[in-house]
Amino acid sequence: MLILAIDTSTSAITVALRGDGIASSATVLDARGHSEHVAPLVRRCLETAHREPSDVTDVVVGNGPGPFTGLRVGIVTGTVFAHARDIPVHGVCSLDALAVDAAAQVGAGEFLVATDARRKEVYWARYTVGDGDLAGAPRPRRLTDPAVDRPADLPEDVRSLPTAGRGPALYPELFPHALGAHDVQAASLALLGEVLLGEGESLPVEPLYLRRPDALTTAERARA
Amino acid sequence: MSADQPLVLGLETSCDETGVGIVRGEELLVDAIASSVDEHARFGGVVPEVASRAHLEAMIPTIERATRQAGVRLDDLDAIAVTSGPGLAGTLMVGVAAAKSLAVALGKPLYGVNHLASHVAVDIVEHGPLPEPTLAMLVSGGHSSLLLVPDVTHDVRSLGSTIDDAAGEAFDKVARVLGLPFPGGPHIDRVAREGDRVAIDFPRGLTAGRDMDRHRFDFSFSGLKTAVSRWVQAREASGEPVPVADVAASFQEAVTDVLTRKAVLACREHGVEHLQIGGGVAANSRLRAMAQERCDAAGITLRVPRPGLCTDNGAMVAALGAQMVLKGRAPSDLSLPADSSMPVTLVQS
Ligand SMILES: [Zn+2]
Repeated sequence: MLILAIDTSTSAITVALRGDGIASSATVLDARGHSEHVAPLVRRCLETAHREPSDVTDVVVGNGPGPFTGLRVGIVTGTVFAHARDIPVHGVCSLDALAVDAAAQVGAGEFLVATDARRKEVYWARYTVGDGDLAGAPRPRRLTDPAVDRPADLPEDVRSLPTAGRGPALYPELFPHALGAHDVQAASLALLGEVLLGEGESLPVEPLYLRRPDALTTAERARA
Repeated sequence: MSADQPLVLGLETSCDETGVGIVRGEELLVDAIASSVDEHARFGGVVPEVASRAHLEAMIPTIERATRQAGVRLDDLDAIAVTSGPGLAGTLMVGVAAAKSLAVALGKPLYGVNHLASHVAVDIVEHGPLPEPTLAMLVSGGHSSLLLVPDVTHDVRSLGSTIDDAAGEAFDKVARVLGLPFPGGPHIDRVAREGDRVAIDFPRGLTAGRDMDRHRFDFSFSGLKTAVSRWVQAREASGEPVPVADVAASFQEAVTDVLTRKAVLACREHGVEHLQIGGGVAANSRLRAMAQERCDAAGITLRVPRPGLCTDNGAMVAALGAQMVLKGRAPSDLSLPADSSMPVTLVQS
């Protein structure tokens, strides 16, 4: 199995290859340049690992949640790559990939992942370090569905948990306990994907927008 | 690859149509389209985020349908082409990312091409090689341009464009005034058939006096739209019924009169013997008829692709991509951006 993992739900545009004795990844930080960077990163990752596109057996994309335009770039890149190579494509919640890095830092107990949703909101979910492990590292278990909210609207006992993601950097007074994991790493997404697929999970690709499109229907406008 | 018959897949996502076309040389094999226009109708116009979500959902099924109907495998392709601009930033990005991924996964060259030049190039798969130079008039909900095209793969010059609304936008707005559904073009065309084209003398923007010096080949449709809505309001205020068919026919006559008059004038002044009309408004029956009459009178050959190829589609992108390959143009870089305001003079990015 050789997994190509892609995530564009945070300001990291991140690509990784994992399996077959290979662990290679490439990441660029650019909150606006998703469509420019992803494909060159995929090519670079393959070249670094001396592998051909035809060697990839599975694609894993981050389902988000994340800012819409960037999120879609990663998902469409992954689904099209898989279609072109006639291999399966899977989707994993991007917050779960961040939680993998966070769990390694907290070691035990509950923590939070809160990423930048723009418009003064965060995408977030609550986690605990669960039973079992991921390739020897602590394994996170998600306790809540991913959601989008204003940070101040989260209960204080939730906000005060150790928090991964850009949330603490953006709202330091609201998330006082920052963890070092800021953006999704495709290497962690690949690891999670590999373990979940090994356990026989089915992982549908579905963009987690969590917000409806920002437009009023003509009927709504007439009522407003 | 066969050097004179490159097999090229074109992807178009600049607005609300997910288009995947496949061309072999100058022959169209398939033009697969998924449109989100019905989802936009309840918003009264295209909502970029709604369109972008629809592109993502439609991408694989549309690619799949195109290759199946054309009877080709993706591995057989010689090149991938994609609309890199102009258009809606968010929708363009879906297509550009998809095309790049195809290029990487298949190891094929990628061409990021201009949407407007593609509207011109599509006629090659309909009527054969494009005469050089050609004068092209592109009229749709997003653009109204007169272009001088010495070589569609690298030399496209702008003679003029709209200074306010696009022609198709005027159709949408007037349709709304008349209580007709979105998109307005086909409904106005249909209703106008029953109406009197000379019932109301609506204004012809930028066609007289100093305007013909400063804006010789430019268009303006917002004054016309305002004139129509004032006329309708006055009718309603006086308690008389609005003659919808006459208003539609007279409005349509004003638009097509200005468009064809300036297009023919541009051909004459630039010594061009071939006029091509493209874009969604080129499907308008009155525009096609009037353009034919005036071109015949002026000794100009008119080329208009069938209506399905005038609106946005993937075939036009594939057609231009194939020309790029045939003329030996270098592929685009894999880091090419989606450029929502790509100038018409930039054929390839
Ligand atoms: Zn167009």
